[in-house]
Amino acid sequence: MSAQTWTYILVGGTFLVYIIIAILSRAGSTKEFYVAGGGVSPIANGMATAADWMSAASFLSMTGLIAFMGFSGGQYLMGWTGGYVLLALLLAPYLRKFGKFTVPDFIGERYYSKNARLIALICALFVSFTYVVGQMKGVGVAFARFLNVPFDTGVLIGIGIVFFYAVLGGMKGITYTQVAQFCVLIFAFTVPAIFISLQMTGNPIPQLGFGSRGTDGVFLLEKLNQLSVDLGFDSYTSIDKNNLINMFFITGALMFGTAGLPHVIVRFFTVPRVKDARISAGWALLFIAILYTTAPAVAVFARTNILNSLSNASYEDVPSWFTNWERTGLLSFEDKNQDGTIQYLADPALNELTVDQDIIVLANPEIANLPAWVIGLVVAGGLAAALSTAAGLLLVISTSISHDLLKNYLRPDISEKGELYAARVAIAVAVVAAGLAGLNPPGFVAQVVALAFGLAASSFFPAIILGIFDKRMNREGALTGMILGIVFTTSYIIYFKPQLGGPGLAEDFWWGISPEGIGTLGMLLNFTVALIVSRLTSPPPAEVVELTERIRTPRGSEKHTVELH
Amino acid sequence: MYWKTNLKYLAILLLIWFVVSFLFGILLAETLNQFHLGGFPLGFWFAHQGSIYMFVILIFVYVYLMNRLDKKFNVDEI
Repeated sequence: MSAQTWTYILVGGTFLVYIIIAILSRAGSTKEFYVAGGGVSPIANGMATAADWMSAASFLSMTGLIAFMGFSGGQYLMGWTGGYVLLALLLAPYLRKFGKFTVPDFIGERYYSKNARLIALICALFVSFTYVVGQMKGVGVAFARFLNVPFDTGVLIGIGIVFFYAVLGGMKGITYTQVAQFCVLIFAFTVPAIFISLQMTGNPIPQLGFGSRGTDGVFLLEKLNQLSVDLGFDSYTSIDKNNLINMFFITGALMFGTAGLPHVIVRFFTVPRVKDARISAGWALLFIAILYTTAPAVAVFARTNILNSLSNASYEDVPSWFTNWERTGLLSFEDKNQDGTIQYLADPALNELTVDQDIIVLANPEIANLPAWVIGLVVAGGLAAALSTAAGLLLVISTSISHDLLKNYLRPDISEKGELYAARVAIAVAVVAAGLAGLNPPGFVAQVVALAFGLAASSFFPAIILGIFDKRMNREGALTGMILGIVFTTSYIIYFKPQLGGPGLAEDFWWGISPEGIGTLGMLLNFTVALIVSRLTSPPPAEVVELTERIRTPRGSEKHTVELH
Repeated sequence: MYWKTNLKYLAILLLIWFVVSFLFGILLAETLNQFHLGGFPLGFWFAHQGSIYMFVILIFVYVYLMNRLDKKFNVDEI
């Protein structure tokens, strides 16, 4: 069977599974809709969290990014995993004990302020919406490339699928669908990696394979370093000293941002007990780590393969996958010196080959001559990654609107049934809005993801941590800290992002920190300001101190699972 | 006491979290790269592999310590 047929079968089959699961696990109450009834087992929750977390970008783009960055690419690997340690140790158990539905719930009650809730709500909406638009775009691209439908049709199919199971199932449907999607995506990512690792190093475990000797007896990384240096690139494993401070701050911003992202935090409201919240963060990271430790191995294999097979190859004899990908425009060759061979060099004036980072994962099975079904599997995996993340984000958007805005702000007297109905309408509107934005993505979507992480790091993270660990923290301190953190981070990012119209130049970065890393500084600013202001103003009321005291011990969380809000 | 012990655990575990990623994987990676782990330069290995393994271990150690502590102070869930 051809790769095309396999793709249809595998994508169609997995979609059917998602829809069946969604029908079997419809939500009947707001509690089921928002937090899956609070009764998801920790391992299932860990898988769902992992699928929610690993987006189309993790699945398709990150490996390529690392392959072209080498050592510095570690900032994504550490940044997008290290945040789970913070979540498990500093946030998840306490928020679970607090026992409501959303992050704005916590901010609003802990800081006894409707304004604080509103600021948190706006941030949550902004962060989730920017993120989800990127996912819808990812769905469109994946469909377009592999099912040979136009990009717009691809996005529309994506809207249809997500619409169906998110509106119907709420968090309950989404959680169980994500468990299935996790299995699909992790299988799709690791199978090609194992094949390639075996081919290149004889070791079936990619994590060990890329530190072993290749078939010629030389360590793979040594060979890659040599190849890179010969062509004028930086050695793959060597450290860029001028970039260390920046790498430090970017890693930090991604970690603190992860721990502050509403769609990740809400996951820990879905388990029955505090104990389960702690361990399910552990399971989530373990499942995420499978992909995140395989990705750098795939990056090394792919980079070596490309340098080895394409550099100085005659254009006449290039393998068939080269020609296939050339047609998509993601790979291009321009014979500058007219000698008929490919010069792949670091010097832009002489280089003749352009490789888009996104093709690394997609083209990998073809480059390594793997069977046709593996190619279909990778497509199904990429779609699973994009759909699961989109669904989780859409749920946060709908919860923010129906629960935080409607129920707690505009119409507190709304009935349970009315709220559930509003939640369904909100998610339906959000799916369509995100799809439409994904159809016609403003060029800056990719750029605002930096803003999403920066905002989460500089607003939510300090406000929640201080709310748990500092009993003296009051409304005035937390609000001033959040506002200053947000304003500082947003201004810096907009000023230094030419794609957002900012006039700033890279040489003027403060201490060389690029906009992606400024969230770390915004977070420190938030902490400092909040602590100072809170000590200069009156202490929080007694019942808030009591709340802080109460969330610090696990016992008693059980009764909150029956208490409906 | 319960809270104090919790904070002590957090301090130790977060110190390790900081050391394996920000120090070994970034600031000290240059120095560590002089050493090798099989075919991996050590600093590179921490940035691309080792820190992630440590993160997973840290969470499971924390869960173990806290479950024990909850029981000892009789604040665990029934």
